[in-house]
Amino acid sequence: MIFKILRFDAQKDERPHFQVYGHTSKPHETVLEALKDIRDQQDPSLSFRYSCREAVCGSCGMVINGRIALACRTQVGELEGDEAVIEPLPNLEIQKDLIVDLSPFWEAYRKVEPYLQATGEFPEKGHRVAEKDMEEISQFITCILCACCYSACPVATRDRRYVGPAALAKLRRFELDPRDERPFSALERFDGPEGVWGCDTVFRCNDVCPKDVRPADGIEGLRRTIVSGKIKRLFRRRP
Amino acid sequence: MLEHDLLIVGGGLAGLSAALGADPGLKVAVISKVHPLRSHSVAAQGGINAALGNRPDCADDTWDKHAFDTIKGSDYLADQDATELLCQRAIPTIYELDHWGAPFSRLADGKIAQRPFGGAGFPRTCYAADRTGHILLHTLYEQAVRREVTFYDEWLVTDIVVRDRRLAGLIAYDLAGGEIIPLRAKAVIFATGGYGRIYHRSTNAYINLGGGIGMAYRAGIPLKDMEFVQFHPTTLFGKNILMTEGARGEGGYLVNAQGRRFMEDYAPRAMELAPRDIVARSIQTEVDKGNGFENEYVHLDLRHLGREKIVQRLPGIRDICIHFAGLDPVDQPIPIQPAQHYSMGGIDVDATCASAVEGFFAAGECACVSVHGANRLGGNSLLESIVFGRIAGESASRYLRGGPPEAGGDRETAETARALTARIRSVHEREAGENVFQLLNKLKRLMSDTAGIFRDAATLKRGLDELVELREAYRRVFIYGSCGRYCQEMVVLVEFEHMMEVAEVILLGALRREETRGSHYRTDFPKRDDASWLKHTIVTRSDKGPAITYRDLQAGRYAPEERKY
Repeated sequence: MIFKILRFDAQKDERPHFQVYGHTSKPHETVLEALKDIRDQQDPSLSFRYSCREAVCGSCGMVINGRIALACRTQVGELEGDEAVIEPLPNLEIQKDLIVDLSPFWEAYRKVEPYLQATGEFPEKGHRVAEKDMEEISQFITCILCACCYSACPVATRDRRYVGPAALAKLRRFELDPRDERPFSALERFDGPEGVWGCDTVFRCNDVCPKDVRPADGIEGLRRTIVSGKIKRLFRRRP
Repeated sequence: MLEHDLLIVGGGLAGLSAALGADPGLKVAVISKVHPLRSHSVAAQGGINAALGNRPDCADDTWDKHAFDTIKGSDYLADQDATELLCQRAIPTIYELDHWGAPFSRLADGKIAQRPFGGAGFPRTCYAADRTGHILLHTLYEQAVRREVTFYDEWLVTDIVVRDRRLAGLIAYDLAGGEIIPLRAKAVIFATGGYGRIYHRSTNAYINLGGGIGMAYRAGIPLKDMEFVQFHPTTLFGKNILMTEGARGEGGYLVNAQGRRFMEDYAPRAMELAPRDIVARSIQTEVDKGNGFENEYVHLDLRHLGREKIVQRLPGIRDICIHFAGLDPVDQPIPIQPAQHYSMGGIDVDATCASAVEGFFAAGECACVSVHGANRLGGNSLLESIVFGRIAGESASRYLRGGPPEAGGDRETAETARALTARIRSVHEREAGENVFQLLNKLKRLMSDTAGIFRDAATLKRGLDELVELREAYRRVFIYGSCGRYCQEMVVLVEFEHMMEVAEVILLGALRREETRGSHYRTDFPKRDDASWLKHTIVTRSDKGPAITYRDLQAGRYAPEERKY
């Protein structure tokens, strides 16, 4: 198996280039395991992010044979052909080799106020929350903030003001949570091209999500909530 | 020089909980070698214990029953006062997490759901499907964002600077900037996690190298009970990805190659839900007797639970099996084997998380209070991280309110940073040398071969001998790439030096403790010996190498009994 890996070291390279490594893969080996093996045995200078190796920490998003995916969740044996082309996540600045600068992603995340807003002290015996309410948010809470959707999103690519699919899915998660008390204005702040109306509905985010979150469902849901909230307010204002 | 009142090292559950527990008036920052959401806490699956009594079949549960189970599970080596504190604080802790938005699974009446776990008298493990660590880490991080906590993401702390037994500062390597940075602080909390990746087979994230524990030891802070290493019974064969105890809590069976539920031979009452030390040994014994598959593993069989229960309660497990082993547990049994999972031992701290160095605190897996003694119960580590993380934040704040005198160690701090820079440069300037990643792989083999589930004097001595050779090889270590930004060779090179200390203390503690207790099973001393060994191992670094002393347990309510399950 041939691994063609994009390399870039700002301290010595003018531009990124591909480096080729031969690698004999083992049964059930993941791309992350292969990268680690190449680093350990052939080239200790190869840099990439990793942590849990079980698709829950969100560190190892990258482009594998043209597809955005987590390296730890991609089996080498399932790749087509005998060549693996490995590149960093697109639309983000390369820091070194397969490591990109995620600051735009984290800034967008912070913009949606990604935390439950409940007032006062906790109820003595805890909140009572219906099982079905928890099920409604369950697809969104599986998000691991790996930024695969953000880097796949054509809108986030061309317009840095757009907060992107992961942040909006997170907002939807809190909006749906019966314990959350955020005011309507906190949603309305995303009633424009930087928020829910920025989405092109081409569903690239749903396609690439390694955790089946379907961020576009969240954006769609927020659109409905915002529109109906505005209509309700219109009626309330009438005498 | 960058200056803070309090620096918290580690952005997992213990570190974030410490940040949330610290006095908001203080200048606090969290330093983490990865983005906090990449911390290993995220991988915890099964749940977090608290005697809420939410189910009809656990209405009689109380925090002191939780404490008793924990103490018995610890093989009576836990400090009972601290364990009671943990179990008492568990209950408001869960409700606070709920109020912060933790999406726990629910019962039909809307209360937080609870499931049975190993060694527990009642179903008291609260959970969010099998992603409990994930949802708790995200929840605490969200609250830290809300409070505008300062984070230094992707900074590796390399050294602790101590002057006259008082904390003076830290040195860190900023990966994105490529710089070595001295930091002044009046207090520090270490929440750096465990050392799982010192072992070849481990459930832990690749980043769990245990550098924080070794670093504290090198700074003169003693380590406690390091010979107690938890091996999780059920990890995916070959990959060693955790298959939560919740799978057995939901009713999963352990089955050998003859198709027998062999736990009836080892723990006839508790069966699959005996504590982890017992189940892990039982599995290894079956495999060693030739009752395993391919002489390597046994089966965790969930098929009788049915598709609906598996999909609803164990979706993460199912996903891992499908994507990492190519099998669906709805239709096929899961091949499992034990692997290193958790460290009961750690940096020696008291129940306020304070250590022997003034201003230095520790919490979570890197610390040893001790509430887990010789064997931790499932569902107690998330709890410990959050409860003692908070306590560490409170204790450090109290210490700072007292206006501790300045350590005045700026010169030492700057000097330590310069020395590290010089050392890295000299390593880099070598023509050739040892590849640190290969040294790491050797260390892992060494520990798995000599300090595993079963040990004896011969294996442990061999481990210590081989460690001397590894130290020699490390003196010739070499950096192949450039050592500026994101130099991961440098990260492992720095951590490896600390890891060798951790390995030595584990091996030495295990060699000296001539009894079997909890996770520490000596085939040459297979009985528990309360008369000689009901005490903590304390190892302090000295010029002449590790110095071992022992500390008696605090007397508690429960006298040691034989553990039968």
